[in-house]
Amino acid sequence: MKKYVKPSLYLILIIYAAFTLFPFLWAVSGAFKSYKEITSGSMSIIPNDPTFNAFIKLFQMDDLFLRWVFNSFWLCTLGTIINVLLNSMAGYSLARLRFKGSQAVFYMILATIMVPGQVLLIPNYLIVKNLGLINSFGAILFPSAVNATYIFMMRQFFINFPKELEEAAAIDGLSRIGTFFRIAMPLAKVSISTQAVFIFLGFWNNFLQPKLYLQDPAKYTLTVGIQSMMSRYSGITQWDEVLAASVISLVPILIIYIVLNKYFMQSVRMDGEK
Amino acid sequence: MGVLTYMKKSKSLRREALQGTLFVLPAVIVIGIFVFISILFAIFISFHRVNLFTGYMEFIGLDNYMRIFSDTKSLRAFTNTATFVAVVVPIQTFLAMVMASVLNAQIKGRLQFRVIYFLPTLTSSAALTMIFMFLFSLTGPVNEIAMKIGLLDAPINFLKEAKVALQVIMAMNIWSTVPFFMTIYLAALQEIPKSIYEAAEVDGANAFQRFFYITIPQLKPITTFVLLMGIVGTFQMFDQAFIFSNGSGGPENSTLTVALLIYRNAFGQNNTMGYAAAMSIMLAAIIFIISFIAQKLNNSESMY
Repeated sequence: MKKYVKPSLYLILIIYAAFTLFPFLWAVSGAFKSYKEITSGSMSIIPNDPTFNAFIKLFQMDDLFLRWVFNSFWLCTLGTIINVLLNSMAGYSLARLRFKGSQAVFYMILATIMVPGQVLLIPNYLIVKNLGLINSFGAILFPSAVNATYIFMMRQFFINFPKELEEAAAIDGLSRIGTFFRIAMPLAKVSISTQAVFIFLGFWNNFLQPKLYLQDPAKYTLTVGIQSMMSRYSGITQWDEVLAASVISLVPILIIYIVLNKYFMQSVRMDGEK
Repeated sequence: MGVLTYMKKSKSLRREALQGTLFVLPAVIVIGIFVFISILFAIFISFHRVNLFTGYMEFIGLDNYMRIFSDTKSLRAFTNTATFVAVVVPIQTFLAMVMASVLNAQIKGRLQFRVIYFLPTLTSSAALTMIFMFLFSLTGPVNEIAMKIGLLDAPINFLKEAKVALQVIMAMNIWSTVPFFMTIYLAALQEIPKSIYEAAEVDGANAFQRFFYITIPQLKPITTFVLLMGIVGTFQMFDQAFIFSNGSGGPENSTLTVALLIYRNAFGQNNTMGYAAAMSIMLAAIIFIISFIAQKLNNSESMY
């Protein structure tokens, strides 16, 4: 009995890995096939006649695609910087600074983690519209300038973090803001990287808000852009281009994943009840 | 404490209070406007008939809420969503738990497997849905493979066939959410004391018995958490249904979810923004009730 356990575990792992990789392998293979080969129902995962045609079409003939890539980068970078700054400040304040109502504010922020986003969609849209932000990145950045989950995470970090360094800094005459930026933030590097990675990923993959707020195709992010490619040629999907675009949209995230792998594993532990 | 030191202290305390308030103020403003005021605003709108484009607004009491029960589209959307949740949540939770347990066994190469398994979590729903639509398209790999091994005689148009469209989205959703929950389980599994398993092994418990009598009960608190996250996520499924049907919820309303119908009613041409708001509040209420029940059920299960 016992000698079968290990091989069968391996079998499960390999089957599941195959299931996980199957869509990606087909997407990558399709991106390097000609449109004709894709729609001919070819069973070969290795292209018969590999071509960069889809990528050339995307980057040279389609004047918007590069724009979408750039838009996504710009929006994600801004969103991540704003979030990291504001979440960390709020977390630091709630953990370290005593003021009236601090507890109430903390529970208020914590409670919002439970609110389903669907309820906020309509009122947020009306507020954003009244602020004149429709069709601008502000419409997406403003409502998601902070994130309750990461405020909570930063607070937990700063609470468990020794006070002595900050006290020493205060004695040396460093102001509170100076202490925060020069002592507290650098020491919170791991927590900050973790939230930055996940916030970036969240903005990069976001679909609903860009779809709702950005109407001008030149303002689209990559996710909305890819979706718009689907219906562009009156229902005939250019699979080679769509798959190439999907693969391209994955590349930056894959790079971040490979380089910053330890932060991905870290954060999931914090989201769990740890 | 002397009066002087007290005064000094109170001054620095006041300063600290001011700094504390300033540091947390941006977060309070954003959350105040876009969550707290927004919830009240949503409730307010849900009692009105609203046209987004003309700015027309009329108080109609509970009419929007009553309409949910008589509108065939909304009933269809709630049924679709309930089916989706009922199928996806148990399967994703079970698969995540099993795969985490397998990964947790002392096996060579587990790190490499983990890296592969996590990939779907990183992929945007837009790219993911595109890839799955290709896989399931008329001349796509799924049809071709199914025909080659004799599962199908003729290709099925998965994307346009009302009977199977929602099932494709279910498969896609399970595929893409399992890895995240698996990672949560994996972290929890590493906290279960090895001695329990060793004692069970001495007593002659096999791998299956250890899984059912030790792993599952030990993971119960995490299972509650995973169930709640699964319920909240699946009830609000939007991206995949929207992209799959190009926003229509078709074929024949088979992929129309509540979130998708809310979007269509809120931002369409009709006077249905208030109706959409009522639906969103109904959805939130359902999510809270189901989450509460799931939590109670999971906690009250008898301990083995």
